[in-house]
Amino acid sequence: MSADQLTQPLASGGCHLFSGCGFPAPGLNEFQFHPIFTVAGFGFNKPMLLSMICALLVIGFFWAAFAKPKVLPGKLQLVGEIGYDFVKRAIVFENIGKKGEKYVPMMVSIFFFVWIMNIMSVIPFAQFPVTAVIAWPAGLALVCWLTYMSLTFKKHGFVGGLKNLCWPSGVPGWVMFILVPIEFFSNIFVRPFTLAVRAFANMFAGHLLIVVFSVATWYLLSPSLGALYGTTSFVVTLGLTAFELLVQFLQAYIFVTLASSYIAGALEEAH
Amino acid sequence: MSLTMLAAEDFNPLIPKTPELIIGLICFFVVFGLLGKKLLPSIEKVLAERRDQIEGGMERAEAAQAEAQALLEQYRAELAEARHEAARITEHAREQGAALIGEMREEGQRQREAIVAAGHAQIEADKKQATAALRQDVGSLASQLASRIVGESLEDHARQSGVIDRFLGDLEAKADASAAVAK
Repeated sequence: MSADQLTQPLASGGCHLFSGCGFPAPGLNEFQFHPIFTVAGFGFNKPMLLSMICALLVIGFFWAAFAKPKVLPGKLQLVGEIGYDFVKRAIVFENIGKKGEKYVPMMVSIFFFVWIMNIMSVIPFAQFPVTAVIAWPAGLALVCWLTYMSLTFKKHGFVGGLKNLCWPSGVPGWVMFILVPIEFFSNIFVRPFTLAVRAFANMFAGHLLIVVFSVATWYLLSPSLGALYGTTSFVVTLGLTAFELLVQFLQAYIFVTLASSYIAGALEEAH
Repeated sequence: MSLTMLAAEDFNPLIPKTPELIIGLICFFVVFGLLGKKLLPSIEKVLAERRDQIEGGMERAEAAQAEAQALLEQYRAELAEARHEAARITEHAREQGAALIGEMREEGQRQREAIVAAGHAQIEADKKQATAALRQDVGSLASQLASRIVGESLEDHARQSGVIDRFLGDLEAKADASAAVAK
């Protein structure tokens, strides 16, 4: 049983409004992928393929832009520089300051990798945001978590690190009873979870919306009043696609901004 | 419908699958590795170089401006000095001219006086000559007249001249005395 089988009624094109066929609502099955091929029990599916393509695209772009950099930049280098500068100044320096210089490559990598994986949502034939599969945002959130946790303990030592994570400053003593556990829980467990789920859920929901309206456009299309509904649904799909373009950028931006602010928190002087 | 539900049963979208996690992380670290180790340092180097060049250009421009300013100051100073010099020269020339004029005036005065003196001397000499001639003429005329009146020849030159001279000298002395009184 594969996703193809599940959506077969749609693909055959037989199911339309007023033809006695119920709306084949897309659901979780849209996010289930079965291996394209299997090597030694390792199933290789579509999101994996897409993420590899995304990695190659990011590398390819920056290779073309930055491999032979010139003081007087060409067009591609200029575009690359704008992107690089955006992450460097508007995200990393804005959150961490100049001492965040060290984390610029990591943030640039995460930002462009996530963004292009999000964009896959609207690329014909790909048409799936890789980040709508929890493994990708979770993996990147894990990388961020390891980075800021190790930084915290490296900079402040074990006790100082714990204090940095759970001891908020400028709060009266009696509030600490409530605040310290909350801070501990929030900074150590909730942060990576929300970081991953935020990106995942946004892309998941966005993809589902686009799929629902695309499927509906096809379903409503019939030589009757349905054509009007179908057209409306199609317009909504177009609008959602444009909206998703914005969300894709924003989610990548938010992911990297939060990661930067966590690192900034880890680097903060003891208080 | 049942197919969808069946599929959803063993699928939780919130639990990452290990193979996907591994592939995702490998992809990320390949990107991170290449960007972080090679591509971003290379662009960072070029950006620093560009910054240097721009700042170098600015420094050069500033230096050129400072030089221009210095040159301008120098020219101004020179111009002021030249003006001062010109004024000084003019003043000097004026003084010299005034001195020259004064000198000339003096010279003219002197020449005038010399000329006047020469004129006076000439007149004096002429007067003397005229007086002498006149005296001789008056003497001879007077003696001729007297000889005619007296009928006696007063040819004796020595006596004649002595008398006349004495007479004329008396006349002159009288005239001089009256002139001295008049003064």
